[in-house]
Amino acid sequence: MRNTKVVTLEEAIRRSGLKDGMTISFHHHFRGGDKVVNLVVAKLAEMGFKNLHLAASSLSDVHAPLIDHIKNGVITKISTSGLRGDLANEISHGLMKEPVVFRSHGGRGSAIASGELHIDVAFLGASSCDELGNASGCPRSENAKSICGSLGYALPDARYADHVVVLTDDLVAYPNVPKSISACDVESVVVVDSVGDSSKISSGAIRDSKNPRDILLAKQAAKVIINSGYFKDGFSIQTGTGGASLAAVKYIRESMLEKGIKASFALGGITAHMVKLHEEGLIGRLVDVQSFDKVAAESIANDQMHQEVSAVEYASADHIGSAVHALDIVILSALEVDVDFNVNVLVGSDGIIRGAIGGHPDTAEDSALSIIVCPLLRGRIPCVVPKVTTLITPGKGVDVVVTEYGIAVNPARPEIADRLKAAGLKVVDIHDLAAKARSIIGEPDALPFGDRVVGIVMDRHGKVLDKIHNILD
Amino acid sequence: MEIKNAVAGTLESGDIMVQIAPGEGLQVDLQSSVAAQFGRQIKAVITETLTGLGIDNAYVKATDKGALDCTIRARVTAAAVRATGKDVWKD
Repeated sequence: MRNTKVVTLEEAIRRSGLKDGMTISFHHHFRGGDKVVNLVVAKLAEMGFKNLHLAASSLSDVHAPLIDHIKNGVITKISTSGLRGDLANEISHGLMKEPVVFRSHGGRGSAIASGELHIDVAFLGASSCDELGNASGCPRSENAKSICGSLGYALPDARYADHVVVLTDDLVAYPNVPKSISACDVESVVVVDSVGDSSKISSGAIRDSKNPRDILLAKQAAKVIINSGYFKDGFSIQTGTGGASLAAVKYIRESMLEKGIKASFALGGITAHMVKLHEEGLIGRLVDVQSFDKVAAESIANDQMHQEVSAVEYASADHIGSAVHALDIVILSALEVDVDFNVNVLVGSDGIIRGAIGGHPDTAEDSALSIIVCPLLRGRIPCVVPKVTTLITPGKGVDVVVTEYGIAVNPARPEIADRLKAAGLKVVDIHDLAAKARSIIGEPDALPFGDRVVGIVMDRHGKVLDKIHNILD
Repeated sequence: MEIKNAVAGTLESGDIMVQIAPGEGLQVDLQSSVAAQFGRQIKAVITETLTGLGIDNAYVKATDKGALDCTIRARVTAAAVRATGKDVWKD
């Protein structure tokens, strides 16, 4: 090779021209197994940087070391889709002076593309990369240490950031094809011991449930889909990561086989469940912004009909060509749904941030049929409430709410309610569900919120949707 | 009524562990995953259940994992039966 971009992390940072106060970005394709954020921020701290804006596609439990970097003034602003664990808890209690900015995946893609979220230096982990920066989430040699599949959330960063550093744990011979990130977008390549623990990708939100209530909910959700009017040959579908919405795929499959119906594509976070249906010939294409488990990551490496898309191509509200506009059915989960069908997936009923917006508002708004699946209660915590703690997905985009006490249909979609009733499903008023929850748990006392804003929720069109206040002990 | 140390319940999600010990008056020490919203109600249910069983002097340590009122009543009653040796279900 006549040229190489391979340098040490310190040299890559020095060459990037990063200065105090600038914006750095990361992707979260390794989810709970990510090692890039902690590694890079520790190096930045060691090099004496201060006052940085960390713009990640999402953050999880594994990023608790950021707490010290925030206390030391290395990181003073965060933009993300979600927060979990100790970091989320500390931020909810007022760790940061500046509020965290939360965006959906589509909203983040749009904000990066429009320049509203300008990235100075992107640090992007990749499971394989050549010396010039052609990078992929798929392994390409016998020395490969990791696999994350789609790099969809990293692609806007690679394209629009001023300076791009790829970190890889497998430097392969040029040319690394097929590539996700182009050498033309990459300034430096850094070889590290590990970019992420692939076995932890399917941790966090993703659960494969044996819980009988989840299975009941999944069966109900499948019945809603089958009788919705949208279950016909060539339909398209996306599922969220909740146990019930994953289990629903199993029952939809049975009905597809029985009725001879095939789907044109499955979208979004792709799981082993979807790969199985695709390999059986029941789903034509997989359109993958994020591979949710190892099976999905291996499938995207080997299957031409399993296509990677960027966050912009996936869910941008600005592009009529983004995939959510072609999506028929989406099954989503929720922490809370209120009587106006508004959904909260970010802030727990204890007022502490414990989730991620993900593609929730993007898919709910643009799909033809959005179905929220959640139990009426989780322990003593109600999931159907008079008013959500934090507004994430406005009710106008939410069509059906499935609980074990009945199915509520948005009054704006009377035709769906009629079809479900005709099929013998128990359609109820959402106010009755909220009242049923109250009758079991009693009237909760108000949460002890303080008057500081710790989080700002942006809608997918770039406007402020809600504010999250600090929680007092 | 004489009170011995007794316990009922588990630390599973949706349950409550109730420990009863001798005490002066009714003292309820509650730890709950839903304390902010339901702590007041949970303490009231524990106190009402005990006084309903004729127990006015006891120290109660309750560790709650989001139990519903019916579960709380059942666990408190079971702990009280074990603490007093008086089987309220039989009588």
